[in-house]
Amino acid sequence: MYSSRSTCSHACRARYKPRRAEQHSGEAKETANAMSSKVLVLLGTKKGGFILESDPSRRAWHLRGPLCEGWSILHMQYDPRSGTIYAAGVSEWYGPAVWKSTDLGATWTHSSEGITYGDGGPQIRKLWHVTAAHGAVYAGADPAGLFRSDDGGLTWTHVEGLREHPSCPSWGPGNGGLCLHTIVPHPHDPAQMWVAISAAGTFYTADGGKTWQPRNRGVRADYLPERYPETGQCVHKLVMAPRDPMLLYQQNHCGVYRSYDGGEHWEEISQGLPSDFGFPIAVHPREPQTIWVIPLDAEGGRVMPEGKAAVWRSRDGGITWQRQATGLPHEHAFIGVLREALAVDTCEPAGVYFGTSTGQLFASSDEGATWKLQAAYLPPIWSVETAVIEA
Amino acid sequence: MARVYLPGSLIRLFPGAPRHVEVEAATVGEAIAWLEAHWPGMSSRLCDTEPALRPHIKVFVDGEPATLCTPIAAASEVLIVPAVSGG
Repeated sequence: MYSSRSTCSHACRARYKPRRAEQHSGEAKETANAMSSKVLVLLGTKKGGFILESDPSRRAWHLRGPLCEGWSILHMQYDPRSGTIYAAGVSEWYGPAVWKSTDLGATWTHSSEGITYGDGGPQIRKLWHVTAAHGAVYAGADPAGLFRSDDGGLTWTHVEGLREHPSCPSWGPGNGGLCLHTIVPHPHDPAQMWVAISAAGTFYTADGGKTWQPRNRGVRADYLPERYPETGQCVHKLVMAPRDPMLLYQQNHCGVYRSYDGGEHWEEISQGLPSDFGFPIAVHPREPQTIWVIPLDAEGGRVMPEGKAAVWRSRDGGITWQRQATGLPHEHAFIGVLREALAVDTCEPAGVYFGTSTGQLFASSDEGATWKLQAAYLPPIWSVETAVIEA
Repeated sequence: MARVYLPGSLIRLFPGAPRHVEVEAATVGEAIAWLEAHWPGMSSRLCDTEPALRPHIKVFVDGEPATLCTPIAAASEVLIVPAVSGG
């Protein structure tokens, strides 16, 4: 195992005070495994959704799929409140829709009613992300926009405030399109939410989506004339630490970043990684300072550096990083991992999973210490999410 | 009444929809509105919001390429086809 340390000062470490994480960690350990009956890994792929299922030991997995009629599923997420799986998908023929299953993937329905910018507005190419929160369901679209459903995904309403932001006409697409790919609701306050758009940056609302503020201060945009613009950053993935809505992390086109204040200010934490480029980032379900990234070679085709597959973990919020590669292919592994394709489960110890753009699913049941290939011949994997279903 | 043929990949999205239906409509657009009335959501699968047929959906009326405005006669055969695409 390699270990590296960034030059981030001890002052950085001192500034961070975990909020309630320690006192809750024991409680979480009690709940995760003892009460759970099955662990699901939800895979969105180019040729449909798939579900891997195991008991909490996570030693043996059963694969189901393809689901959703083989549509390209860019993201699939379980809503524990309703027991529903939602999937954001697109068909080359039939356009974008949100799929829904209330029986853990056995049967599905779909709808795109209301997912439109209206006659004369831009056509919606894809739906990138779907997230349930506070009784509502949210979907992110390309071209970038946010939609909300208050009836469990049957009908949708455009959250117009985001595209009314003055910067909207200047938003430009990345290679994947102009996509709203991440929705991070506040865990307690329905009025607060963060979204991430490539390549426009992170935006925050405190009034339920009526108005939005850019949250990109301190994030580089090396490809623009102005290195630190207000908007235009190519955020690849945004995550929130458990139990601390002010602690955010992002993997950006130009580095890995941490924010202690809900994205008001960002601090780069890339140092110590083999590359500041990558797509996904994931955070531990109970430890706010434990995060995983998958650095890719930015100049050499955006694959694992030197063809050696590895995940990198930090247990101190990005001050130091450790390479985790036991069980991963260590030669000729010129594989990529896309922005949604890294996930962590809530078991104890936490399971970590990543899917590749060439259809392999790797899983670790010991927080990344060791890895196994759990599926080798799937379609290109767009997204990985987990669900621990309690008995 | 015109006979409208639906592709298998479409009817799999709408359980109960048949492979062909008899439709009273004066244009392709009206025929799709009729489909929508019977299987809510079907119009969104076939048309975008311009409104127009989706780029990879082709419709033929009596063997000729059609748009939403193309007239339909009482004895017409309307074929809805997912275009060759993918990979």
